[in-house]
Amino acid sequence: MANTEYLLQMKNIVKTFPGVRALDGAAITVKPGEVVALCGENGAGKSTLMKCLYGSYHADEGEIIYMGQRVDFKTPDEGKEAGIIMVFQELSLIRDLTVAENMFLGSLPHKGFAVDWKKLNDDANAALDELNSSVRGTDYVRDLPISQQQMVEIARGVALGAKILILDEPTSSLTEKEVAALFEIIRKLKAQGVGIIYISHKMDEIFEICDSAVVMRDGKFTGQFVLKDITLDTLIQAMIGRTMDNYFTKANGVVGEEVLKVEGLSVPGVLKDVSFNVRKGEVVGFYGLVGAGRSETMEAIFGVRPYSAGTITLKGEQVKFKGSKEAVKKGIGFVTEDRKQTGLLLPKSCRENMALAALPNIKKGMFVDEDKTLEIYHKYEKIMDIKSPSPEQPIVLLSGGNQQKVIIGKWLCMGPDLVILDEPTRGIDIGAKSEIHKLVASLAEDGLAVIVISSEMPEIMGVSNRIYTMAAGRITAELSGDEITEENLMRNIMVGA
Amino acid sequence: MQDKKSFDFVRFVKSQMLLVAGIVIFLIFGMIEHSFFTQSNIINIFRQIAVIAVMGAGMTYAIIGGNFDLSVGSLLSLCGSVIIMSTNKMGPVAAIVFTLFVGCASGVVTGYICGYLHLNSMVATLGMMNVLQALTLLYSGGNFVSLDNPDIWIVAFGQGNLGIVPISVIVMIIFCVIYGIILTRTVYGHNVKAVGTNPMTCKYSGINDNWVVMTTFIMSGLATAVAAILLATRGGGAQPTMGLGYEFDVITAVILGGADLAGGEGSIYRTFVGALVIGIMKTGFVILGMSVYYQYIAECIIILIAVFLDLRAKGTVRKS
Repeated sequence: MANTEYLLQMKNIVKTFPGVRALDGAAITVKPGEVVALCGENGAGKSTLMKCLYGSYHADEGEIIYMGQRVDFKTPDEGKEAGIIMVFQELSLIRDLTVAENMFLGSLPHKGFAVDWKKLNDDANAALDELNSSVRGTDYVRDLPISQQQMVEIARGVALGAKILILDEPTSSLTEKEVAALFEIIRKLKAQGVGIIYISHKMDEIFEICDSAVVMRDGKFTGQFVLKDITLDTLIQAMIGRTMDNYFTKANGVVGEEVLKVEGLSVPGVLKDVSFNVRKGEVVGFYGLVGAGRSETMEAIFGVRPYSAGTITLKGEQVKFKGSKEAVKKGIGFVTEDRKQTGLLLPKSCRENMALAALPNIKKGMFVDEDKTLEIYHKYEKIMDIKSPSPEQPIVLLSGGNQQKVIIGKWLCMGPDLVILDEPTRGIDIGAKSEIHKLVASLAEDGLAVIVISSEMPEIMGVSNRIYTMAAGRITAELSGDEITEENLMRNIMVGA
Repeated sequence: MQDKKSFDFVRFVKSQMLLVAGIVIFLIFGMIEHSFFTQSNIINIFRQIAVIAVMGAGMTYAIIGGNFDLSVGSLLSLCGSVIIMSTNKMGPVAAIVFTLFVGCASGVVTGYICGYLHLNSMVATLGMMNVLQALTLLYSGGNFVSLDNPDIWIVAFGQGNLGIVPISVIVMIIFCVIYGIILTRTVYGHNVKAVGTNPMTCKYSGINDNWVVMTTFIMSGLATAVAAILLATRGGGAQPTMGLGYEFDVITAVILGGADLAGGEGSIYRTFVGALVIGIMKTGFVILGMSVYYQYIAECIIILIAVFLDLRAKGTVRKS
């Protein structure tokens, strides 16, 4: 029964939670040295399946065969012990400890009662060297950029003797250069016979680094494909169960008068002489590497980041906002990059989240008109097809795509002139992504001025009528029409970077 | 739908459980000592809690906004001396206005430090606690101050009755209702809860989070000033240390009321019930002639149980 060809086989896994059948016959196989992509829309059961594997959850039915033996880990520690290492999307390192301490937390080498620092740092450096990382065991985690923290997490897995490494959205906060470094490491681990399960929404990455792909839909196994035999369309179709002839939707509206004009905007050390304009009815994209100054530009316009020089003209009127309150009043909406930190009130309901910015306008006499907030919620629930069991559902329980729609609704219900969307589809499943792209296009067609920031090239190319590229705090190019090509974009974000 | 319902249910049961617990404690004291059930004692309990409930209403704002205000005990002392001494100097009406102003001004200072300078509220208000106590001692010369005219109408706030109901209790009810309405129905109240949940999201959603945090301390300062008027006029005079330890009772009341210590959730009504439970216990211990030291121990145990239940309830939410 045991098949030694496989490092791991999960068969017919069933897991039910009260009222939900989260997994219903899920499966996956991993061979030594194989990189297996695990794809599916958010809520398809990817995380649940992984939790059943490494012992965080206990599967109700099905079997897990690991290294030729039937296993059933009761706790994540048991899974870890056996060599199944999960690297989470949200990093779990302790910021104020060194890299070496983090790597061997719980099993620090010691001489008597004292920590054996030399051995600790040597072991850590050895593991880091193996990954060609420049990070040292004595570095503090708080001083490392996120990409290197991720490296440390992976090195920790290697040091613990990982046989299966699970990477959950590992590139969501990495720049392209860092992604390349990560892939290098994955190839190295692969050569050592480590099996890797790669959870991602990014199709180009999956095709680049993975050997096969397991597709899940509604907790069910839809198929495991050898990637070199299939096309992107086949994979997407398997994930959403329908063909997507039009993955991106470009706004085709009437471009009208100028809504926003920015001239010579500067923030010391961050932005230098940034000038651009946005007109009614068009989607303007901002493309660049992480840290190029795209979000900072928008924050300066929105009044949450002070700037030292430059003028901002909104609808012909020169403005300088001292806080988002004034910006919101003047008709700007800002969907921020980090939903959890700056976009949502996680424990509050969908209805409350949507009404947050508009409350001063939703009054009956002195008081908030709660019926009106519900009306507004239902209106945008219908327009954007928000899937929530109830308006009172805490928003933390919704999928990323639905959360994002609520945030967009928060701004639309104000009737804005300009909407800024910063990485609007980050961490959102592919079905919802396409819905949000359609929504962006329809906003522009309805006469709004729309700014989209994205680090995903296909996305920025797909949705924008015009694109500004940024590098190191400057605008490096303005591209429109035929000028929007991958080569042009790539060349212009590298300038001076 | 289900999640929300069960979540609310837990909250509901918890808040009402507190009321039930209060009634049970009340009955136990009553069975031990029958005089506990008398009308005058029940009225006395309500008179007792007026100060804690009014201050608690203010503290509820500070805690929902994500902060603690440890300075309220000292502010109570200061405002107590202020109301008595300024009544003697400028008459009751001006004295009341001035006292409320002092309460708000203290709130502005604390609120600015916590809201705009972003100092940790524990540290900032702990500092304010000492500053305000020192100001009280300087202002009063360290002496007990009393009204020159003990029959002046202002003493009605502490001593008067409307029918059998003490005026202080009426003030408490009106005050708590107003604070409750502001919290639950106005844009401002919604914003306080939103800022307590996540100030960054508010900063990016057209809400001035710094300002909102500052105003929660003003709400707390104003409530404390009102409480000081009720307390000082009850005896017609004020000790410079009369507010000592009140911050503990007030915070206990808010915590018993189930406010989220991390900010974002809380209710004036539940804080009121929390104050009621404390009032019943305090009065009970006095009537039974038990040492005040037992009362401290009992109060501490109760607060630990309340915090534990709070954590448990949150754990349930997280798991769902």
